[in-house]
Amino acid sequence: MSAVTQRLKAARPQLALLAVALLVNVFVAPGFLDLRLQDGRLFGGLIDILNRGAPVMLLAVGMAPVIATRGIDLSVGVIMAISGAVAAAGVNAGLAWPVAILAALATGLVCGLWNGLLVAVFRLQPIVATLILMVAGRGIAQLITEGRILTFTEPHLIAVAGSTLAALPLPVVLALAAAGLTGLLVRATALGLFVEAVGTNPRSSRLAGVHTGLVLGAVYVWSGLMAALAGLIATADIKGADANNAGLWLELDAILAVVIGGTSLYGGRFSIGRSVLGALVLQAMRTAILRAGLPPELNLVLMALVVAAVLTQQSPAFRPVATRLMARLKNKEAQA
Amino acid sequence: MAVTPPPVVLAARGLTRQYPGVRALDGVDLTLRAGEIHALLGENGAGKSTLINLLTGAQPRDGGTITMDGVEIDPDGPGGAVKAGIAAVYQEITLLPNLTVAQNLYLGREPTRWGLVHRSRMNQEGAALLRRFGLTIDASRPLSDFSTAVQQLIAIARAVDLSAKVLILDEPTASLDTAEVQTLFTLLRSLRDQGLAIVFVTHFLDQVYALTDRITVLRNGRLVGERRTADLPRLDLVAMMLGKTPTAESHLSRRPAAGIPAGAPLVRAEGLGRRRLVGAFDAELHAGAVLGAAGLLGSGRTETAMLLFGVETADQGQLVVDGKAVTLRSPRDAIRLGFGFCPEDRKLDGIVAGLSIRENIVLALQAKRGWWRRLSTAQQHELADRYIKLLDIRTPDAEKPIQLLSGGNQQKALLARWLATEPRLLILDEPTRGIDVGAHAEIVRLLENLRDRGMALYVISSEIEEVAAYSDRVLVMRDRAPAGLLEGDSITPAAIVNAIAADHHTRGAA
Amino acid sequence: MGRFVTTRTLPLLATVVVFVLIYAVCAAQYPAMLGLRVMGNLLTDNAFLGILAVGMTVVVVAGGIDLSVGAVMGLTTVALARLIEGAGLPPALAFALVLALGGLFGAGVGAAIHYLKAPAFIVTLTAMFLARGCALLISTDSIPIHNAAYDTLAATALALPGGGRLTLVAGIMLLTFLAGGILLHGTRFGARVFALGGNAHFAQLMGINTGRTTILVHAFCSLMAALAGIVFSLYTRSGYALTGTGVELDAIAAVVIGGTLLTGGVGGVAGSFIGVLIQGLILTWITFDGTLSSWWTKIAIGALLFLFIAVQRLILVASARYGRSGAGPAAPNTPNQATSAPASRPSSGAAAPSAS
Repeated sequence: MSAVTQRLKAARPQLALLAVALLVNVFVAPGFLDLRLQDGRLFGGLIDILNRGAPVMLLAVGMAPVIATRGIDLSVGVIMAISGAVAAAGVNAGLAWPVAILAALATGLVCGLWNGLLVAVFRLQPIVATLILMVAGRGIAQLITEGRILTFTEPHLIAVAGSTLAALPLPVVLALAAAGLTGLLVRATALGLFVEAVGTNPRSSRLAGVHTGLVLGAVYVWSGLMAALAGLIATADIKGADANNAGLWLELDAILAVVIGGTSLYGGRFSIGRSVLGALVLQAMRTAILRAGLPPELNLVLMALVVAAVLTQQSPAFRPVATRLMARLKNKEAQA
Repeated sequence: MAVTPPPVVLAARGLTRQYPGVRALDGVDLTLRAGEIHALLGENGAGKSTLINLLTGAQPRDGGTITMDGVEIDPDGPGGAVKAGIAAVYQEITLLPNLTVAQNLYLGREPTRWGLVHRSRMNQEGAALLRRFGLTIDASRPLSDFSTAVQQLIAIARAVDLSAKVLILDEPTASLDTAEVQTLFTLLRSLRDQGLAIVFVTHFLDQVYALTDRITVLRNGRLVGERRTADLPRLDLVAMMLGKTPTAESHLSRRPAAGIPAGAPLVRAEGLGRRRLVGAFDAELHAGAVLGAAGLLGSGRTETAMLLFGVETADQGQLVVDGKAVTLRSPRDAIRLGFGFCPEDRKLDGIVAGLSIRENIVLALQAKRGWWRRLSTAQQHELADRYIKLLDIRTPDAEKPIQLLSGGNQQKALLARWLATEPRLLILDEPTRGIDVGAHAEIVRLLENLRDRGMALYVISSEIEEVAAYSDRVLVMRDRAPAGLLEGDSITPAAIVNAIAADHHTRGAA
Repeated sequence: MGRFVTTRTLPLLATVVVFVLIYAVCAAQYPAMLGLRVMGNLLTDNAFLGILAVGMTVVVVAGGIDLSVGAVMGLTTVALARLIEGAGLPPALAFALVLALGGLFGAGVGAAIHYLKAPAFIVTLTAMFLARGCALLISTDSIPIHNAAYDTLAATALALPGGGRLTLVAGIMLLTFLAGGILLHGTRFGARVFALGGNAHFAQLMGINTGRTTILVHAFCSLMAALAGIVFSLYTRSGYALTGTGVELDAIAAVVIGGTLLTGGVGGVAGSFIGVLIQGLILTWITFDGTLSSWWTKIAIGALLFLFIAVQRLILVASARYGRSGAGPAAPNTPNQATSAPASRPSSGAAAPSAS
C-alpha cells in the first residue's frame, strides 16, 4: 500500500499534467468523461485516448530504460514500419497468422539486437548507432511492401487492433500488459537497479561487477520488441502496412513521453508508469486540440512548448534557480 | 648561494577552497620568485590541483589573496589569469589534436589578411616561435602527428608566448621518456634564466632534485612547509610529504595479526605485470593477514590492485587462487572468486551518485547473484540497515542519495557494498584518503576487525603510520615496479619511508 | 602511411573512391549518365540538399547536430508563398525576411543548447516540431506561387555544352559550398568551430567563447536551411509545409559519407559535396535502371552510412591504440576537477625516472 502511494506521489507532476489535459477535453467536449458499454466494449473519450495512445505508450515503455542508460533509440518508428510490413507480407504470402505475428515480433528483436550490438560492443554513440537503422529502415520496409500500401484481410491480424478484451480495445490491453510486464521485469528482478546504475555511473557499476555490456544490449533489444508490437497495432489498425508513414516521427513522441515522465536525458532514474502517463498526456493534448476544432497542427507547437518547459526544468543551469525558489516558498510556509 | 634573493613575482596568501564536507585547501601560502623553478609536491588530495586551479582562475576561491608584482589580482576565469601573466600546462595536454600546430598556437588571435586567416604567415610565425623553444617542426601539420613530448613543448610555447611571467607545469614529465625529459629540462632551465617563475608539479623525486630551486609541500589541503631544494635531504622530503617525521613516535600502536598464518596463501601473484602499466610484482595474500602497499603517487601502487581485481588484464606472470592459476578478464571474474575492491577515486569509480545508500550497498551482491535473483526490498533494507549500524554510517536512513554523505561515510558504504558479498579478499586503495581525521582511526579499526575475522586484506595507502600499524607485510612500490618487501618487526614508518625514498641512481630506467 | 593518408584524410579519400566507383559503374552501364546534361540535372535536383549539407557540416564539425533543418526549410517555403502570394511582397524582400528569420531561429536554438546545457539533438528536435507546427498552421495545403519575377529566376540557367543546363539554383548551391568552405577553413570563426568540435572544454581553456560560437553555428545552419527553402520554392514554384520531411537525415548522411566525424572536430564541406553527389548519383542510377525502386536509395544510403561510421570508429580505435596519445575520442578528465586522480588512470607511455 505504501509503495503504491509513494509511486503516486512521485507521479504527481505527470498526473497533474494529465488532469489538465483531460480537463481541457471536458471543457471543449462536454460528455467527454461519459463511458458506455455497447456490445461488450466500453466507449468514451477516455477509452479513445487510451486506444489512440497505445502505440506511443508501447514505444515509451521500451524507450524509458534506453534513456535511463544515457542512450536514445531513434529507430523505433522505423522498426514499427518494418515489423508491420513483415506481418502484412507474411499473411499475404499465406503464412498462418500466429507465424506472421511471431515473425513481426522477431523482426523487432533482430533490429533491437543490431542497435544493441552497435552500442554495447562497438561502443558507438547511441544516437549515431540508431541513426543508421533510422535512415535505412524505411527502405527496408518498402522493400518488403514493394513500395505499396500492403493491405490484407486476414481477420486475426486485423483483430490485433479491432477486437475487444475485457471490455477494452485490444491495443489498450496489449499496451497496459506490456507496461505491466516491463515494470515487473525491471522491478521484480534486479534489471532496473542495473539499468539505473549503468546510466548513472558506468565505471563504478563495472567495478561493482555489473555486466554493463549486457545491460546496454538488453535495453535496445527490449525497445525493438516493444516497437514491433506497436507496429503490429498500427498496421492492424489501417488493415495495411504503410512503409512510408507507419510510425513516422513516433520515436520523437516516445522520447517526449519519457522526458515528460520525468526521466532525465542524462540517464539514471526512470519509471515505466510515469512514461506511460507521459504518452497519455501527449495523446490527451492531441485529442483536445482535435475536439476543439483547432488545427491538429497546433499540437506540434504545443508539444514543442511542453518539451521546452520540461528541458528547462531539467537543465542543470536552471536547477539552482529552482532550488532557491523552493527554499523561499518553504520559508514562507514556515512563517505562515 | 644567492646573496640577494630575486624579486617575488607571485605571492599567494591564505588561499582557501571549501567543497561540501571537505576543505580542499586551507590557508595555503605560495611564494614564487623571478628566475626560479619551484616544486609543488604532495600526495593525492594534498591540494595541488586545487591550488593550481585557484591560481589560474579555473575555480573561484573562498579566501586568500594573490598578488603579482605587488599588485593584487583576481584571476576570473582562465582568460583573466592569462592576462595577469599566469599560464598553466597540464599533464593531459589541453591543446586540440584536430587542429594544426600553428592553429593551436594562435587560436583566437590568428594573423589575418582581408578578413581571412593568413595561413602561410601563421605557419611561418608558428615555426619561428617553436624554433626559439628548440623545436624545428612544420607548424602546418596537425598536432596529433606529434609525440606527447613535442605537444608538451608546443603547449609551453603557447603559454609563454601568451603571457609568461608565471608558468605552471602540472606533471609535465609523466608520459615522457628519459631523453624527452632532458629536452624539457634544458628548455625550462633556459626559461628560468630568462627570469620566468616556473611551478613544477611532479611525483618523480629525482626530477625535483635535478631541476628545482625551491620546494613547497602540501598535505591534506595544508601547507607543510617551503624549503630550498639544496637544504632538504630526500628522506626529510618524503617525511614531509607523508606527514611523518622518521624519528617521531607513532600515535597508532602497531597491532599486526598474530603472524602470517601457516599454510598456502589464498592468492599468490607471481611476477604479475602488464606492459606500460606496472612491472612484474609478487604478492602473497593470506586469510587473516594484511598486505600493505606503500609508495608515492605514480609508483604503480594502484596498478597492482587493478591487475589483482581484473580491471586490467595482466600480460605477464600468473595469479594463483586456491592453488589454481586463473586469468582475470574483468572485475566480474575477480568477484566470482570472492574478491572485493574499494577504489581510490570514490566519486568516479566508487559510489553511484544519485542512487540511494541502500542501492549502493546492495549493488555488488546483487550483481554477483545475477539479475534474475533479485534481493527483495525487505532483504535490501535489512542488509543496508545492518551495515549502517555495523559500520556506524551516519545517516538518518538508507534511502538518502549516497552523494549527500561525508567522505568517510561514503567510504564505509563502499566497504559495506563489499562486505555484503562476504569476500575472501578485500582490496582497498587509499581507504582513508579525503576523510576527516576522526574517521581515519575508525576505518583502521574496521580493517583490523575484518582481518581478525579471517579476511585477507590488501591495503594501498599513503598513510605510512596506518600501513605500519596494521600490516603483516608491506610491499613497497617505486617507479611502477616493486622496490622491496618489509616483514614483521622491520615494518616501521621510518623503514617504509626509507624504502620509498631510497636513492636509486643506480637503477636503470623502467 | 604517407603524409597525405592520415586519420584526417582517410575518410575523405574513401568518399572519393566510393564516388568514383559508383560513377564508373553508372557510366559503364548507361553512357548517357556521363553527359553534362545529367550532371546539370543532378546539381539542380539536389541543390537544396547541398545547401542544407553545408549548414549541417558546420554544425557537425562543431560537435553538434541539427534535426530541425528540414522543418525550417518547409516553414520557409510556406512563409515565402504566403508573403509573395498573400501579402504581395516583392520576392527580394520576402527572401531577405525569411533569411533573417531563419538566422534568428537558429540563434535561439543555439542559445537553448548552450544555456540549458541540453543535448543538441533534443533541442533541435523540439525546434523541428515548432517549425513544422508553425508551417502547418500557416497552411496545410501546397500554395502555388504565381509571380513573374519568380518564373524568371526559376528559368535562369547557364547553357552547358552537350545540352546541359546549370540552373540558378544549382549555381547558388555551388556558391554556398564555396562560401561554406571559406567560412570553415579560412576564417577565425572556422577555427573556433573546429576547436569547439575538437574538445569544447579545452577550447574554453584556450580562451574561446564557446557559447557565442555555439549560437553562431546554429544560426548559420538555420540560415542555410532558410536558403535551401528559397531554392526549393524556386525549384517547385510553390510552398508546402511538409516540404523537406526527413531531409535532415539525408543531410546528415551526406555529411558523414563526406568524411566529417560525427564526434566533431574533423571534416569539411568538400566531402559533404561529394556525399550529396553520391546520393544523387544513386537515385539517378536507380531512375535510369527503371526496374529498381526508389527505396533502394534509402537502403544504399543507410549501408554507406554504416560503412563510413564503422570506418571512422575503426580509425579512432586504431589511432587510440597504436597512434600517438591525445587523438583519442575519450572524454577528457578535466583539469579543474576537484579530485583528479592520475594514479587511478594510467597514462600512456612507460614511466621514466630521469637520469641525473
